[in-house]
Amino acid sequence: MSQSTTLFDKIWDGHTVKSIENGPSVLYIDRHYIHEVTSPVAFLGLEKRRLSVANPQKTTATPDHNIPTQDQHLTIQDALSRHQVDKLMKNCKNHNIPLYGLNHKWQGIVHVIGPELGLTQPGMTIVCGDSHTSTHGAFGCVAFGIGTSEVEMVLGTQCIMQPKPKKMRIKIDGVLSKGVTAKDIALYIISQISTSGGTGHFIEYAGSAIEGLTMEGRMTLCNMSIESGARGGLIAPDQTTFEYLKNKEFSPKDQKWEDAMAKWALLKSDKDASFHKEYLFHAQDIEPMITFGTNPGMGTGVTGHIPLAASLAESERVTYEKSLHYMGFSDGDKLHGKSIDYVFVGSCTNGRIEDLREFSHFIKGKKKAENITAWIVPGSKQVELQAQEEGLLAILEDAGFELRQPGCSACLAMNDDKIPAGKYAVSTSNRNFEGRQGPGARTLLASPLVAAACAISGKITDPREYLN
Amino acid sequence: MPIEKFIKIQSSAVPVRIENVDTDQIIPARFLKAVERKGFGDNLFRDWRYDKSNNPISDFPLNEIKYSGQILIGGKNFGSGSSREHAAWALYDYGFKVVVSSFFADIFKGNALNNGLLPVQVTSAELSEIFEAIDMDTQATFSVDLVQQTFTIDASDKVIDFEINPYKKECLLQGYDDIDYLLSLKKEIAVFESKE
Repeated sequence: MSQSTTLFDKIWDGHTVKSIENGPSVLYIDRHYIHEVTSPVAFLGLEKRRLSVANPQKTTATPDHNIPTQDQHLTIQDALSRHQVDKLMKNCKNHNIPLYGLNHKWQGIVHVIGPELGLTQPGMTIVCGDSHTSTHGAFGCVAFGIGTSEVEMVLGTQCIMQPKPKKMRIKIDGVLSKGVTAKDIALYIISQISTSGGTGHFIEYAGSAIEGLTMEGRMTLCNMSIESGARGGLIAPDQTTFEYLKNKEFSPKDQKWEDAMAKWALLKSDKDASFHKEYLFHAQDIEPMITFGTNPGMGTGVTGHIPLAASLAESERVTYEKSLHYMGFSDGDKLHGKSIDYVFVGSCTNGRIEDLREFSHFIKGKKKAENITAWIVPGSKQVELQAQEEGLLAILEDAGFELRQPGCSACLAMNDDKIPAGKYAVSTSNRNFEGRQGPGARTLLASPLVAAACAISGKITDPREYLN
Repeated sequence: MPIEKFIKIQSSAVPVRIENVDTDQIIPARFLKAVERKGFGDNLFRDWRYDKSNNPISDFPLNEIKYSGQILIGGKNFGSGSSREHAAWALYDYGFKVVVSSFFADIFKGNALNNGLLPVQVTSAELSEIFEAIDMDTQATFSVDLVQQTFTIDASDKVIDFEINPYKKECLLQGYDDIDYLLSLKKEIAVFESKE
């Protein structure tokens, strides 16, 4: 009998072409996503070595990071961004890599389009030159972000070299309270284990609260795995996964679908498989969350207070005080009721149809607060279209919001969607680092529901006040 | 491309006493628009180094004349966040060959090693000792020996052993990169693909 193994081990070991003694594994990659920012230097490297792309059909490209979210039919105004997007198009053409360009009906944020096209499938190894590749773990994949040198390795050989991470399991049992979403679970976990708590590990999320999440919710949670320092996070595929994937563009069809489901159903950790680290949290302890500092671990329940500096170890205080100073907050401050300026809904964390649905249903029949500038950015062209078809666009417009065009947008502000210096933005994205949303911008990470409540009231608000 | 060999260096160091230095600080996203690997050092720590009017912020360590050298000493959890290899490029392009911290984020560590930038992980007590040595003498030197896997505080002769994966060590010593190795495995990869 073979030893009990985790889902992670099964996928990793099943893709190991070779193990180097005391060294990294040579890992075969099933699916590679690329975008305009982290790929050009990799293509340049290939050209210098006179290499071709080993397996162009296993790579999928789309521009997302620095494209505008308005007037996408026009030429990109920013010369550097335009050049990078052009370069992606040229590179893909030269190497026969499928590309969904700016006006293609499948364009969007790379981590949104992969799943919605059915390119991401259970049991795969998936990489992309973007740390939020962990998103795809929601389908029971070993998916993680890589650097540009590694993008070159995958293009050139379909393999990368990686030290095998340790395994961690995070179980969340129970039922989430009303107004609490996958984003809150993610922010809660990181506030508990810190932004380095997962470093060196690959997380498996399990427990009844996880099983109860939709695929969109699972993607949000796995997406944020990297914010705990983990290489990635995955969830064993189940009926929810299969229903999501059925009839997607690149999902297997007919008999192949049946065969695939039978294979995918085996993808789970053995009952007595062991992990290097385990955490257990209870769903009922999780509130709608919001961050107050400059890393995603600096979060609290939306009704909470900013912890006192004195409660921290002395070595951590300098960084903590620097962070609060940047945010314009004082320790001990109550967050609820603080005035904000911007609301951003979008990104690979919360730019999917369910996120727009939650936001729209919440604000339906209400009006955007006058002091708020809101950017609602769909994660893909398909999400945009679906939002129109479901009538979400009309709801948003009635309430004073506008829907922009798909892209990474204000999550990392490489395009014009920058939060001005000193302004407060409640954002459904994944990082509240200094300057992340624009130089001097002050980011408060939250769920689409919290963002909706804040957009209506103009200040930090608990969505549960409206839900009851 | 083959990376520059790393064997040993002796140098003074620049202390950045901040924890959780994320890659957005090392190189902000708006400077990631290049299509070639050039000039990233100019924008290393851009928003900590320069104010809104592009004037140097005088008390940021990289701007303080008293600090210099090829070694950067950072606080705990260095390199967290984005996978951008531009962070490693920026540090290397600026002139750093070694980054020391009590904890590194995984992707950053991999990116650094793939570019000939040596991440040296020490304990938090050792990190404090290193910062103290710089406090005593801003030009205090440190010796980094990759063959012996030692980081020495020269003033006190304190020798700190550090870990590095033997494969990665060999790559740095020889100036090899992973893709050279992967290309040598073409046959094994083809066999793996045929079994799929």
